[in-house]
Amino acid sequence: MSPDRQILLDVQDLHIAFGDKEVVRGVTLQIARGEKLALVGESGSGKTITAMSLLKLVPQARVTGRAVLTTPEGSQDLLQLSERALRGVRGKDVAVIFQEPMTALNPLFTIGDQIAEVIELHQATTKAQAWARAVELLQMTGIPEPQRRAGSYPHQLSGGQRQRAMIAMALACQPQLLLADEPTTALDVTLRGQVLDLLGDLQRSHGMAVLMITHDLHLVRRFADRVAVMENGVLVESGTVAEVFANPQHPYTRKLLDSRPTRDAAEAPAAANAPVVLEAQGLQVAYPVPQPGFKGWFKSGRYEAVKAAQFSLRQGRTLGVIGESGSGKSTLALAALGLQPFEGSLQVAGQSWQWRHALDKPLRRAVQVVFQDPFSSLSPRMSVEELVTEGLQVHQPGLDAAQRQRKALDTLAEVGLTEQQFPRLLSRYPHEFSGGQRQRLALARALVVEPRLLVLDEPTSALDVTIQKQILSLLQRLQRERGLSYLLITHDVEVVAAMAHEVIVMKNGEIVETGSVDQILNAPQHPYTQVLVAASLVVQPA
Amino acid sequence: MSEPSVTVSLSPSQRAWQRFKQHRLGYWSLILFVTLVVLSLGAELLSNDKPLVARYEGKWYFPIVQNVSETEFGGDFDSPADYLDPFIAEQFERPGNFAIYPINRSHHRTINYFAKDPNPAAPSAQNWLGTDDRGRDIFARLLYGFRVSVLFGLALMFTGVVIGVLSGALQGFYGGRTDLVMQRLIEIWSSMPELYLMIIFSAVLSPSIWLLLVLLSLFGWIGLSDYVRAEFLRNRQLDYVRAARALGQSNWQIIRRHILPNSLTPVVTFLPFRMSAAILALTSLDFLGLGVPPDTPSLGELLSQGKNNLDAWWISLSTFVVLVLTLLLLTFMGDALRDALDPRKESR
Repeated sequence: MSPDRQILLDVQDLHIAFGDKEVVRGVTLQIARGEKLALVGESGSGKTITAMSLLKLVPQARVTGRAVLTTPEGSQDLLQLSERALRGVRGKDVAVIFQEPMTALNPLFTIGDQIAEVIELHQATTKAQAWARAVELLQMTGIPEPQRRAGSYPHQLSGGQRQRAMIAMALACQPQLLLADEPTTALDVTLRGQVLDLLGDLQRSHGMAVLMITHDLHLVRRFADRVAVMENGVLVESGTVAEVFANPQHPYTRKLLDSRPTRDAAEAPAAANAPVVLEAQGLQVAYPVPQPGFKGWFKSGRYEAVKAAQFSLRQGRTLGVIGESGSGKSTLALAALGLQPFEGSLQVAGQSWQWRHALDKPLRRAVQVVFQDPFSSLSPRMSVEELVTEGLQVHQPGLDAAQRQRKALDTLAEVGLTEQQFPRLLSRYPHEFSGGQRQRLALARALVVEPRLLVLDEPTSALDVTIQKQILSLLQRLQRERGLSYLLITHDVEVVAAMAHEVIVMKNGEIVETGSVDQILNAPQHPYTQVLVAASLVVQPA
Repeated sequence: MSEPSVTVSLSPSQRAWQRFKQHRLGYWSLILFVTLVVLSLGAELLSNDKPLVARYEGKWYFPIVQNVSETEFGGDFDSPADYLDPFIAEQFERPGNFAIYPINRSHHRTINYFAKDPNPAAPSAQNWLGTDDRGRDIFARLLYGFRVSVLFGLALMFTGVVIGVLSGALQGFYGGRTDLVMQRLIEIWSSMPELYLMIIFSAVLSPSIWLLLVLLSLFGWIGLSDYVRAEFLRNRQLDYVRAARALGQSNWQIIRRHILPNSLTPVVTFLPFRMSAAILALTSLDFLGLGVPPDTPSLGELLSQGKNNLDAWWISLSTFVVLVLTLLLLTFMGDALRDALDPRKESR
């Protein structure tokens, strides 16, 4: 640690509690002037609460400890400041960037107005000066045509531009410290790198310190100088990025570092004679969209979400579909599930969807699905037994209640949920389970009808990294044991690298590249694939 | 918050009930309200001009369920015995004879022909809350009137929920054109002048509580249907509904097992408020004389009597107290229910 290191923010023994529940216990950390500190942890570790409570932005929290901010004007303990004094600090000395720019920006004002407001609030300027400065800031964040864009409303900007506008707003008063709460999580992979680079550039040119809250270790390596790891409200380890990554001391840090998804077993080459489970030719999916103006009264437009898709998937294999949000990959999944009407040919186990409830029944049994969000994919009012046996009631109505229960328990055990671990498992309700456990429940619900094809729509992107690894291992084991085929929809190149055998890359509804996983990852041909692969493998594992 | 997961797994509705019970004001309101309703359901046993049991010259009588002629008790006419008649009372006071009366010796229809005070009579030992302008006991009128109001409120609530949920579910589940057409129809329907229809119908047809129920039901479901529609629109695109579709569940099963149970929160939250609105509607119509037939005990009719006899303060005061208490209890229950079903609390 260099001797000229000036401490900007000194947090000592920070405790935060909601009612009787203490969520942050004794966090002590320092941020030096111009330093980039990453606060890392999984959801519920208290990392966001820690940062936000420094500005008392967490209502109803009881905060104790000290957080001394030393600016050229002097030192002050943020936790002791009155609400009024704190308002002078917020935005001026300490600024915040939130995860989701769409909800952090007010939809009723132009972004120029919102940036100018901050400037007017903290600096004695005229309206015109503030506006000019807002345009300047937008230009600095690399938004094209800043003059025009300043007059845009948040919904008229793309996700990346919104986050840039958020950054411009945060930098409006040249803060000493920037709190960035997962600033890139809501963005597409290819944009993440750009926004991160922008933050880095601005940090250097403004000489401000950044406290970056994140769960993503890639970001930490690429961005931060020092890293602090939090687990269950306790700071377990901190140090320079190089030290911590090379020589993690705490077991939790090691676990986090070790949580990259991996391929568990060496793959046998594809059996050429394995039956084809899913085959698409010239698959098109189109939505009607309202047309603007008078014409829209009589005719609706057509938006092609999937254009002329062609692929096939053999038994026991995984087809990874990768692309950014809006690329049509989830629509493709819905079409494969027979939940979304399409044109062209799509055959599941040699059969096509008939769009008639009774005729489609055998097909419904053959294809099952696991969705992304484990909280919305289970009905909160059904017990585990009702959830898991539902498919049996449809597809094996001959079973009696006891047989159904036995099958449900067997399947639950297969996905790692047992009665030893959860007494009275069958009569529990989803709210008693964590995200990863709920995802196992969703998997059991799908597996109980013994499908041949499982559509996995971003199965792990809502989960913490360590849980993600467990679920992916479970999926790989199930594939080997049951000979399942997976249609894996994801935006995460790492997940594809660990799981897929063949990969298709989608962009704007079109399949731009198809190939084996090795080809796609090691020798991507299409420029878009190259960007995608490069963006997500920023730092190769050492 | 931590103990239930260890002992018993509670379904979301059971947990909502737990939260409701923690809301003491609402919980005690519910208990008091249910007690009052149960008592009023047994109004005939509490407030009646006939004895519950009578023994006359070695024979047992149950006048409350049987019609006993006056001649049986030594009277002169073969007409139903009037137990308020001093002569009959005298007969029962003779040794060996007795009669056990309900607490309040008046039915809501009872007119005491032997009363000494002019009507409306002030509260007395015989008529605790006094009598109305026809000499009927106010306490009895209130008790029976409360029963009518509550039963009417329940019935109106029931029809409103059935029609509202049905129409909301159809619109929300099928969406698109069905939704569009039904929404327009509802807009037309709800722009009909409800009160004038009521006045016209009560002028044309003979007034009855059933007519009122039908007329109010025709319009009472509209607000509810909008809430159910919105919940269905939201829930039908959630992943668990998609998963159920992928499992091959039929539309009907998806509605019944998945969407409906998760869409009823606003319905349940509004029930007490809808009921108090129904009671208030009945009372207002009765007050205006557009409601139930004159003989039916009703709070609105009592209020209008109170207005016509301002010096007989006991009529308006007691009716006012009963009405306010009823509405207040329902509001407290509604508040507690709303808190118990708050989705922000439900999620944890």
